[in-house]
Amino acid sequence: MSVPQKPARSLLGWEAAILGLVVVALLIGSRLHEAFLTGPNLSNLSSNLVEIALIALTMTLVVVAAEIDLSVASTVGMCSALLGVLWAAHAPMPLALLATLALGALAGLFNGLLVTRLGLPSLAVTIGTLALYRGLAYALLGDRAVADFPPFWTNLGFGLVPGTQIPIPIVAFAVLAVITAVVLHATPFGRSLYAIGANELAARFAGLRVERTKLLLFVLSGLMSAFAAVVYTFRFSSARADNAVGLELAVIAAVLLGGVSIFGGRGSVIGVIGAVFLIGIIQNALTLADVPNEILTIVTGLLLILSVLGPNLAARVRTSRERRVARSKGGAP
Amino acid sequence: MKNHKILLAALALSLGAAALAQGGIQKGITIAFLPKQVNNPYFATAWKGGQAAIKEFAGIGKQVGPSDAGASSQVSYINTLLAQRQKAIVVSASDQNALVPYLKRAMQQGVKVVTYDSDVAPDGRNVFVSQADNDTIGRDEVKILAKQIGYKGEIAILSATPNATNQNAWIKVMQDELKKPAYKDMKLVKIAYGNDDDQKSFTEMQGLMQAYPNLKGVISPTTVGISAAARYLSTSPYKGKVMLTGLGTPNQMREFVKNGTVQGFALWNPEDLGYLASYAAAALVSGQITGKEGQKFKAGKLGERTIGKNGVVILGPLTVFDKSNIDKFSF
Repeated sequence: MSVPQKPARSLLGWEAAILGLVVVALLIGSRLHEAFLTGPNLSNLSSNLVEIALIALTMTLVVVAAEIDLSVASTVGMCSALLGVLWAAHAPMPLALLATLALGALAGLFNGLLVTRLGLPSLAVTIGTLALYRGLAYALLGDRAVADFPPFWTNLGFGLVPGTQIPIPIVAFAVLAVITAVVLHATPFGRSLYAIGANELAARFAGLRVERTKLLLFVLSGLMSAFAAVVYTFRFSSARADNAVGLELAVIAAVLLGGVSIFGGRGSVIGVIGAVFLIGIIQNALTLADVPNEILTIVTGLLLILSVLGPNLAARVRTSRERRVARSKGGAP
Repeated sequence: MKNHKILLAALALSLGAAALAQGGIQKGITIAFLPKQVNNPYFATAWKGGQAAIKEFAGIGKQVGPSDAGASSQVSYINTLLAQRQKAIVVSASDQNALVPYLKRAMQQGVKVVTYDSDVAPDGRNVFVSQADNDTIGRDEVKILAKQIGYKGEIAILSATPNATNQNAWIKVMQDELKKPAYKDMKLVKIAYGNDDDQKSFTEMQGLMQAYPNLKGVISPTTVGISAAARYLSTSPYKGKVMLTGLGTPNQMREFVKNGTVQGFALWNPEDLGYLASYAAAALVSGQITGKEGQKFKAGKLGERTIGKNGVVILGPLTVFDKSNIDKFSF
């Protein structure tokens, strides 16, 4: 039986590479345009990717456990639509927010039940709910937009921490990132995710409650999507059914580029955060330098390929090395 | 002493003149166009006009923008243009509200904001350059059809959905225009609805011809309706006998104009729209206007323009596309 090794150490190579690339991207960015390394620009840069960053946190947990949630962006759209509908119907904001978060959790619960109770692959389930939740978003709000949110709330999405250039949502992200990192890397729950992702059968034999864990992961993913929906809605002061269309691809790209194995069992929060910012920095710097859209798309595409290729190559090198070690020790492969 | 003052005034004048290009516009103004979507023929055409204007007043222009029309993709571009210290942003908004806080921030930092084609809430921009007002669109449509049928005969309207706000506003104006004595021999017999669905518009057009055999002309003020109606007419015995006009784009209507199904149809000219937007931006940056109602500015070949209510400048009458000019347009 293969014992999941300490993931932080085994991935140090790829993580260091990502963080190194972030530094390189920052350096190149500052060369491309003099406005790149200024407070306001870095502030905008981070503000632009806060929803991706938020959802990437829970996506990391989900993918480490060898599952996937493709319905996150549709959940954002559906939750944004609900928030808009409730506000337009004069619901008090705290109540509307609570209902929005509850809807997200419910959407996640539905995904989780289909995966754990019916044993369906999460890829198939969440492709289905990707369409379903977007459809429900349009059913809720149609092609209307709700925009008249009070400034107090929109400022939470749009504003900066007083006296700094730090967008308020980034503070929320930082707190959630620390919590997620601690949960994944320093708790039994986190270790159980690696175990499930690396070898579900073994995890079951080891007495881990695989179903319950997975159900919880999907609920968390839905809940985080709902939170991202609130941020998105306030940041743009616009609740629309088509909010965040396509965001799931950006999230998954960041998670994979961050070194999380699509087959589960490997990955770390810091790598994923590095990847989110790496993609954001590259796009911001290239846009600032007036690089045409086509090039931007090509670069993003190449990054996506790198995101699959890089960690895979790293893993392959590692496996062959482990095999060699195992063989030299005379153990089974 | 007096001489001194005159001398100073002359010096100031000549210095001022040196910094100003033709029409009192500063030279070297940086203007960025931000369409809903780049690589979209409509916006590419508008940018052609915008660029031509920028060249005329010796500014520095560029067009940037997202390749998807998502509601929020434009925001990161606004921030980027702000970081690049552009003097003016000319934007067609994908979302009426999502851009407003960011555009407000840009204006606070001295950037002039012009919307074209698609507006934002008025406090998010200085000037909106509107393609045409409801009144113009409704009346122009009736005038075009009246000419085509010789001011005589039964006519119908093929609209989008029964509750489409813009369509209904236009139809109301059309009915009002038809009350004028010049149209006393024309009779509006039916308003049909194709729901902006190609198939439904096609069958509605078919139904109109069966129900009203004496029909002489149809106005379809929707791009989906007019092309479906033209397709039906082009293969029917009514081709060239029943006139069809409305709002359409040259690319979708070209074959029907060339094969004689449609004599002429209308739309605003996006090239002129971009041209006017550029001049509005330049006039704002040069301090000629601030966006208040009643202010005037010169817009090159389009002549003098006046800002209307809520900072709206209207491009003017529709452009009629027919055999003589349709090949000049691609959108």
